[in-house]
Amino acid sequence: MKIAVTAKGNELTSEMDPRFGRCRFFLIVDPNTKEFEAVENKSAMATGGAGPQASQTISRLGVEVLITGNVGPNAFEALKASGIRVLIGASGTVEEILGKYDKGELEEIQGASVGSHSGMR
Amino acid sequence: MKIAVASGKGGTGKTTVAVNLALSIKGSTLIDCDVEGPNCHLFVRGPMKKVKDVSIPAPKFDLDKCTYCGKCADFCQYNAISVIGRKLLFFKELCHGCGGCRIICPAEAVEEIEHHIGVIEMNEGERPLFHGMLDIGEPFGVPIIRELKGLSDDDGITIFDSPPGTACPAVETMRDVDLCILVTEPTPFGLHDLKLTVDVVREIGVPFGVVVNRDGIGDDRVDTYCREEGIPLLAKIPNDMEIAKAYSMGVPIVVALPHYMELFREIYEKARGMI
Repeated sequence: MKIAVTAKGNELTSEMDPRFGRCRFFLIVDPNTKEFEAVENKSAMATGGAGPQASQTISRLGVEVLITGNVGPNAFEALKASGIRVLIGASGTVEEILGKYDKGELEEIQGASVGSHSGMR
Repeated sequence: MKIAVASGKGGTGKTTVAVNLALSIKGSTLIDCDVEGPNCHLFVRGPMKKVKDVSIPAPKFDLDKCTYCGKCADFCQYNAISVIGRKLLFFKELCHGCGGCRIICPAEAVEEIEHHIGVIEMNEGERPLFHGMLDIGEPFGVPIIRELKGLSDDDGITIFDSPPGTACPAVETMRDVDLCILVTEPTPFGLHDLKLTVDVVREIGVPFGVVVNRDGIGDDRVDTYCREEGIPLLAKIPNDMEIAKAYSMGVPIVVALPHYMELFREIYEKARGMI
């Protein structure tokens, strides 16, 4: 299984990026082996529609679970279409967050957690 | 001759300058390009009548033909289309109506339908006035501005009242004109936004001059800036209580206070000399 965590850097020790569509990196992690790959988010500088585009990116990478700070309405719709589960309510480094994930401490959302363009503010 | 009246900051007096300039130039046409909040008509008597509907092409996807190859989603610069597995999502509010998805689709699964975004209205008075009205809920007024600019009088003089800011609607209004008049006020906010607009107009490559409105309320930093940058100062409109009174009743300055007509004619003469 693959988990995507939005991150400000490309290491497991990097801080989580609370934005989804405009985060710097996706860390694609296998939660069992903790093996990971850092993928630069090409949607970060999109003029619009960063959320849906980022959803397509992680969907194509075979991600099943997304851990991030917040997700807007368009992004959530695209993630739902991809069948990707969305977990929020985390902060800290990617490593710490994976620990919380293992303990089941992250909240799964069934709808957008913020309005449009929140990542641009 | 085409003159755009613009400013970065809102509320500096673009409409005041545009309306009074048009009223001071015989045979001119006034076009209000602020399609999100047109207001020139408040100062011009007579009703506005609809002359045209404005639509943009919007894609309609035939999901029986769609192979979910994702080429349209990759092509779309505005990310209005997402293709995820066997699902296609279309975010209408992100679509700019370029029609590229129809051209790129190898399965011919995209059809174009007309999507209404607003209207153009006209007042056939002594000074013809056109304005556009963007439909409520529509995010993108540039196609209406483009249509409005096509109504310019090529042989005469057309004044465009620009929307505020330095984004697409203002750029669309200012491009291809012969001259821009940048209206500002002598305040820190006025100067700050004037500088942003100057950057944009220089990029567009149109000659421009500055009009200071409500002269006397602030300081002389706009003067200093214009002098240092070699920007012509076309006029200063004083912070006159009589102007404010006329404005509050929807009466143009040159109608209520005819002695100001000279000031607006001077702006026009100076502007003409710069082209």
